[in-house]
Parts: sequence; structure tokens; C-alpha cells
Amino acid sequence: MSEELLNLTLHVWRQDGPNDAGRFETHQANGISTHMSFLEMLDVVNEDLIERDKSPIAFDHDCREGICGSCGMVVNGVAHGPQKLTTVCQLHMRQFDDGHEVWLEPWRASGFPVVKDLVVDRSALDRIIQAGGYISIRTGSASEANEMPIAKAIADQAMDAAECIGCGACVAACPNASASLFTAAKISHLSLLPQGQAERQDRARTMVAQMDAEGFGGCTNHGECEAACPKGVSLQWIARMNRELVRSMVRSDSGTKSGRR
Amino acid sequence: MQLRSNEPTGPIEHRWEKHKESSKLVAPANRRKHTVIVVGSGLAGGAAAASLGEMGYNVKCFCYQDSPRRAHSIAAQGGINAAKNYQNDGDSVYRLFYDTVKGGDFRSRESNVYRLAQLSVNIIDQAVAQGVPFAREYGGLLANRSFGGAQVSRTFYARGQTGQQLLLGAYQALCRQIEEGTVEMMPRTEMLDLIVHDGRARGIVTRCMKTGKISPHIADMVVLCTGGYGNVFYLSTNAKGCNCMAVWRAHRHGAAFANPCYTQIHPTCIPQSGSYQSKLTLMSESLRNDGRVWVPRKKEDVTKRPEDIPEEDRYYYLEERYPAFGNLVPRDVASRNALYVTSEGLGVGLEVDGERRGVYLDFSDAINRLGEETIRERYGNLFDMYERIAGDSPYKTPMRIYPATHYTMGGLWVDYNLQTTIPGLFSGGEANFSDHGANRLGASALMQGLADGYFVLPFTVGNYLGEVRTLPPLDENHADVTRAVRAVEERIHKLMNAPEPKHAPEYFHRKLGRIIWTKCGMSRNKEGLEEALREIPKLRDQFWREVKIVGSGAELNQTLERAGRVADFFELGELMCIDALQREESCGGHFREEYEENGEALRDDERFSHVSAWEWTGNPGEPRLHKEPLTFEYVKPSKRSYK
Ligand SMILES: Cc1cc2nc3c(=O)[nH]c(=O)nc-3n(C[C@H](O)[C@H](O)[C@H](O)COP(=O)(O)OP(=O)(O)OC[C@H]3O[C@@H](n4cnc5c(N)ncnc54)[C@H](O)[C@@H]3O)c2cc1C
Ligand code: SF4
Ligand code: FES
Repeated sequence: MSEELLNLTLHVWRQDGPNDAGRFETHQANGISTHMSFLEMLDVVNEDLIERDKSPIAFDHDCREGICGSCGMVVNGVAHGPQKLTTVCQLHMRQFDDGHEVWLEPWRASGFPVVKDLVVDRSALDRIIQAGGYISIRTGSASEANEMPIAKAIADQAMDAAECIGCGACVAACPNASASLFTAAKISHLSLLPQGQAERQDRARTMVAQMDAEGFGGCTNHGECEAACPKGVSLQWIARMNRELVRSMVRSDSGTKSGRR
Repeated sequence: MQLRSNEPTGPIEHRWEKHKESSKLVAPANRRKHTVIVVGSGLAGGAAAASLGEMGYNVKCFCYQDSPRRAHSIAAQGGINAAKNYQNDGDSVYRLFYDTVKGGDFRSRESNVYRLAQLSVNIIDQAVAQGVPFAREYGGLLANRSFGGAQVSRTFYARGQTGQQLLLGAYQALCRQIEEGTVEMMPRTEMLDLIVHDGRARGIVTRCMKTGKISPHIADMVVLCTGGYGNVFYLSTNAKGCNCMAVWRAHRHGAAFANPCYTQIHPTCIPQSGSYQSKLTLMSESLRNDGRVWVPRKKEDVTKRPEDIPEEDRYYYLEERYPAFGNLVPRDVASRNALYVTSEGLGVGLEVDGERRGVYLDFSDAINRLGEETIRERYGNLFDMYERIAGDSPYKTPMRIYPATHYTMGGLWVDYNLQTTIPGLFSGGEANFSDHGANRLGASALMQGLADGYFVLPFTVGNYLGEVRTLPPLDENHADVTRAVRAVEERIHKLMNAPEPKHAPEYFHRKLGRIIWTKCGMSRNKEGLEEALREIPKLRDQFWREVKIVGSGAELNQTLERAGRVADFFELGELMCIDALQREESCGGHFREEYEENGEALRDDERFSHVSAWEWTGNPGEPRLHKEPLTFEYVKPSKRSYK
């Protein structure tokens, strides 16, 4: 619980809009308590910038408890910063030493155009889900929930895959800027469950096609995504996605949804 | 203003069915012709937008985050109640109804609560069919736990992320409709005002948060599912962006605001560590099952290491004061007692603004009794989260906890159809004054949000549209629309051009929060509330004079976004204090120090068995009060006692 105060030098990526070239700007963050969260440190810097008539650093955040997936930036070259299994909003300043230099950059990927400073446009991830990351069930037409028992081990595995918060760190960490881990997590969550079987045929194909169309790269097994993922989403899902993909290619002549991409 | 609850009569178990049978419908072919605006993509808004789109309406859905999947519903940890009676422990729709009315301290509408309990079972069916990975037993059936002191196990959960999984279910259903083209989703788009035409809600004015563009959106009706207003306290367990702008703008156009003083303070949150603190993190209530709450008996011990304080010098105040319930007293009792001991100078932990606001939650007895492994199994994730934030390991030293604002029971007044006092304006989820009365039971907000979104709104929206049939078209150049757009632009201009700009909006928000927290928080009294009512207008004037926003309105400008929200919190905060002052009784989350008996809340059913619905008059200090009387045909009001 002991508190120390840190003085840090921040090198922050500043970019006025998607078409601006962008540059690093250096700011001093002095008297930072080790109990602060990383984003609170940025709040303090921003309030000071405002008082001095300077434009505050834009960054995305909302829940600040590691679950909404809004926050995300590259801290000293690492997506979400140095602490394993931790979003940048849950990162605390006790992970840093006095006198540290800290480099802050947005997620960099062609699928994520920069909006401003550290804020990027991640709507491509939504469009991947729209391409088939759901189970079609009309509201009110569901049958009694306990009619279909699901083995605990399967339900637990589906939950493991469903932990993804859609932050995009996996894309930012990947040398190919691939969104495979994100896409695979959803495909796996749904294909593991009996409810997800009816649409299993198409799902992997349409979602992967959308991922490619958004300009994300392919997976060449670097594994950086898993290392950066704050929720511990496992690489094994990518292998599973590839199996699903083969399966849907083989059978794609049967029962293709009309009008699907 | 007329408050007509429009609840059906007759036996309570048939009211919803009866209501549905007598409601108007819109033929499938005609639905496409109706545009419905849904503001909010949380459990309530996401579920409503997806269901309405699926039914064939032309839906436009808005949220302020960059994706609908990030609404604050995502953060709910504990679970969702449903009267499935899977555990065969005597649960039923009636029992859930009874518990909710009683838990709400007899300040909610019986018909609504009964419907909520009925619909709870459909929610679980729907979520499971969507692939929500709820916890299961080894036999493959759904698992349940008992939550928040309930005598039955009716809570469904998905690890510690129930809200996340339920929201992703609704989000995926929404994505399906976006793909189908029935829902147009507009993320990063903030509603800044309501468009009212001919006495009906006909649209909204928004600001694109990426470009600053102000646009009107016209529709046949508007549904607000914009969440709670807990951030009026500045520090709360809500997400940073949660705000009251949408409901407050609606209020200023004539929507009555009900019971604003009913707010819930959760007892187990991680305490503030400094004045820079931006939000508070909830630690699950389940911790109180095994943790013992204490503070030092002597003031001189508060800075000692807890391990160094001998047993006889520890004050287990909940166990001593409430021997029957001990550490498991309800949320409000636990919270209030933490306040009392810390105001006596017995608080522990870091000193912030001259006070130590923390109490110990000690697991050492439980670890000795059950072993560290068992405790790790039960609370491992929570302990890790605590250590990440507070820097201490609860396996080795007691946790420090303190109450924080968690939920707001008050909100827009709605009738049985969830329609506000403005025709064509509906509200669901935490944004409405809800089914929780003066106090919400654990695991029932998710239930209410989804009941509203999946099952009530899709139906009552159709009823409204079936009744009005075709509304005259409203042109974007109509004076009612251009006036609303102009008002938004002028407000932004005013915020950006304060006469003596000095401080960022947070500076004022923190001060406002401090006033509300100390004077209209866990424990309230006349004197404090009157003081708050003198302080708030002064601070508000200073805000409009000195708020400082750098940059322009025509770009992503997060300071401007926050300033607009803080401005509305000032007016809502004032209304909360007015409401709290007027309600001369203690009930649920509203505790007036003058109305208590041996430390227990003293309700006054004779004078206050009503909903207080406030009408905007143009002057935030002088709202007009309307009362909706509450009658209890099924659950007879009784007194709570936890001694
Ligand atoms: C930490 C935490 C834990 C909780 N745990 C539980 C639990 O275990 N069980 C339980 O039952 N309840 C729990 N609750 C309460 C519950 O989560 C909420 O009450 C519920 O999820 C609210 O859902 P909603 O749909 O009404 O609002 P939200 O999910 O808050 O959604 C609001 C939506 O409105 C949008 N919005 C708001 N203003 C605007 C605007 N001006 N313009 C455009 N869009 C706007 C937002 O973008 C968002 O999409 C918890 C709450 C918190 C804070
Ligand atoms: S897989 Fe992990 S890193 Fe990728 S979006 Fe999901 S949570 Fe973020
Ligand atoms: S702000 Fe929500 S995950 Fe970081």
C-alpha cells in the first residue's frame, strides 16, 4: 500500500485526424502516485494541458475495469503495456519506475484507421460479427432452457472463447495485423455449442471472408496475439477456426445462405 | 400533467396477458414504414433494437461508445435472477415478485413487478438459445447460486461476467439485424436533444463524436435506454461515460422524472486512493459470505498495520450491531454503517482530502478455517483484481473496502407500457424509474433491462404505433426540428466560449460529486440537503462561467463531450436533493437521519406511499411535484428489521 511519487517522460503519438501524418510529442508527468491507474495518469496530464490551453490527448476508455474493451494503446511497444493479462485501464503506475520514459502509440493496423491521437476506428470488428457471429433465434421463440443439457466441459470451453472483449490488441500485436484471434474466438464459442450447429456450415467462411475484406492480414503463427490478449484468449481457437473453415469449404455446396457475402 | 399508470386490472397473474390481448398490432407489411429510434445499446436498448428490427420495423440505434458491444451492461458481474425453480427450493414467479416488492421497500408498482418476475423465465430461455455460456452443473443443466441474501438459488451466471455474456448475446442479435438491414447502427453518436412535434416525440438531435456534425433524426417514436445517472456522484462503479444527458433533455421537454433521490450505494468497492481517482471498482458482494468487516476500536490504531492490531482492539461493527445477520446485512445497512464508523475517525487506508474512507474486509478466519485453496477457488479472480488495483494481496492482509454509488432506481417516469409523460417517448432499463422501488435487489437489473428490451418494449411500441397509425410526415426544415438543432448548437457554443475559462469540466464535476455524496448520499438530513441546494446553483454558475474546453466542436473533442454531460448533472443533482428533502421518511436507498428507529429506516406509508414524479418548469430550483399513489393488493407493507 505504500505510495511513491514518480516523474515520467511521456512520448505520445499525436495525430489530428485520419489524414494527418502524426508525430510524437513529449510531455512531462511529474508527481505521479504509484496508486494511480495508467489512464488516471493520463487524466492528470490532460487536465494540466487544458489549464495551459493545450489540446488534451485523446484516448478511448469507458468502464476502466477491463471488460468493455474500449481502451487500448501501445505502451513502450507492447499492446496494453507491460502487465500480462491486463488492459491498459487496469494497469497501475506501480509497474513503472521513477525517471522512466514511456512511449504511447495507437493500435497500428490498416484495418484500424486512426481517428485522433490514440483513438482508432475498430468498426471492422463489428462488421466481422455482423458477417455471421451470432445464432439466429427470433425473440420469444426459444424453447425451455434446460431441455438441452450441455456438458459442463463444453460450456466451460465455450465460455473461455467468449471471454474476448473486442479490444483489438491481438491485431495491434500481430506482425501481419491479423484479426484471427478475435474472429476465431467467436467462431469457436458458437461452434462448440449445440445451439450454434445449424449455422456452423457458413459461419467460419463468411466471417473469415469479412476479416479478409477489411484488410486484416493472415495468420502465420507468430503467437504475438495470445501474448498481448488481456483476456488470455488462446491460440488453440485459431487452429479450430481453420478446421471450421476447411469444413465449410468442403461442404459449401450444400445449404449456403442466399445473399451471404 | 397527468400520471396514468395504465396498468390492467384483475388477477395480477393475468394482467400482462390481458393487456397484450387488448393491445393494437401493426401488420407485418406496415412495420417497415415506421421508423423507431432507440437510444442506447445496452441490455435494454440492444435487446429492444434487435427485437424491433426482427419484427420488421425500421430501427435506428445510437450509442456513444465506438461499438454497441461496449455499453455499461458489459460490466455486470454477479448474475441475473429468474424464477425457474431449477433448484427445487420452492421458488416461483410469485416469490420473486414478492421479494422484489419487499426489497424495494414498498415503493414500486405491483403490476410491473409481477410482469418482470413472469418474464424472467423467458429471458433465460432466450439467452441460452443465443449461445450465452451460463455456468452449468456436471449433469449439463444450468447452475444457480443464491445472491444478495435471497433464500432461494435463482441467480444464473456466466463466471464473473454475466453482464458481458448477456450483452454479447443481445449485441450479436443486433448485429444480425444490422446485417439484415433492419437496424441502422450509429455508434459514437451522442443524442443531445429530443425533437417534440405536435406534443409527440418525433426524433432526436445528435452529434457525431468523430466529426462534430450535428444532425436531426426524425422518426415515429423514440425509445430511451440510456442507462443510469450514478455518475452524478462523480465517483461511482459506472463507466466514465455514463451520463444523464438523454433523459435530462427529455425531462426538459416535459417527461416527468421519478424518484431521483433513490440511489443505491454498494458496500464493497475498492476505496479511493487519491484525489485523482476517476472511478471506483466494485468487488462482488459474495465476498461478504466469507469476509469479516472491521475497523480498529481506537483512533490511534488506524495507521497501524492491521496484522499488528490485537483481536480485542478490532471492532467487528456489523457482527456486534446486527448479531442475526452479521456481515450479511443488506447493502444499504452495510454501507451506512461503514459511513458511520469512518466519520467517527475509525476509517483505515490512505488519507484522501483529510479522511480515511476505508474499512477492512478480513479473510484470515476463513483462510484458517477452509484453507487458502478453497478461498482461492471462490474468490481468486476478485483477489487478483484487488491486488492489481490496490497493490496488496488479500491472502496476506485484509482487503480495504468502502461503499460506492452503484445503481440509480430513479429515472424517467413511465406507465405500464414504459411510455413517459411525452406521447411517443418510451424508456427502458436503468433509465426509467424502474421496477425496483426504493431499492434494487442484486441480480435484478439485468433481468429488468432484458425484460424491457426483449419482451415489453417490442410489444408496447407496436401498440403505440398501432394506435397512432400514420403520423403526418415531419420535414427536417420544420421549425420544431430546426429549433432543436439550433438549441444544440447554441449550447455547444456557450460551453466552448465561457466568459472566464479556467478549469476542465472534471474540476467542477468532482466538486459537484463531493456535495451530492456527502449531503445526498448514504445518509441524508434536512440541514445538509438545504446546504446542498444552496451550494449547487452557485457551483453551476461558476461552471458556466469558468469551464474550459480546448480545441473545436468540429472534431473528436472529449472535453466537450464531458462538459455537456456535467452541465446536465448539475440540474439533475439539484432535483435529487429537492426530492430527498421532500421525502420526509426513510425507505430503501433513501435514508433520512430524522426518520429512523434504532438505526432502522422508518417508512411513512401514510404520507409517502407514492411515486414522486417531477415536472420541469424552466427553473431547476422549482420543479413541480406530481404523485402517483401506490397500492398494495398482494404484498402487504411490512417493516424491515435486521437486528
Ligand atoms: C459494476 C456493475 C456491476 C453490476 N452488476 C450487476 C449484476 O450482477 N446483476 C444485475 O442485475 N445488475 C448489475 N448491475 C446493474 C446493471 O448492470 C445495469 O443496471 C444495467 O446493465 C443497465 O442496462 P441499460 O441497458 O439500462 O444501460 P447501459 O448498459 O448503461 O446502456 C446505456 C446505453 O445508452 C447509451 N447512451 C447513453 N447516453 C447516450 C446519449 N446521450 N446518446 C447516445 N447513446 C447514449 C450508451 O452508449 C449505452 O449504449 C451492475 C452495475 C455495475 C455498474
Ligand atoms: S482476442 Fe483478446 S486481444 Fe483480441 S480482441 Fe479479443 S480480448 Fe482483445
Ligand atoms: S476502459 Fe473498459 S476495458 Fe479498459
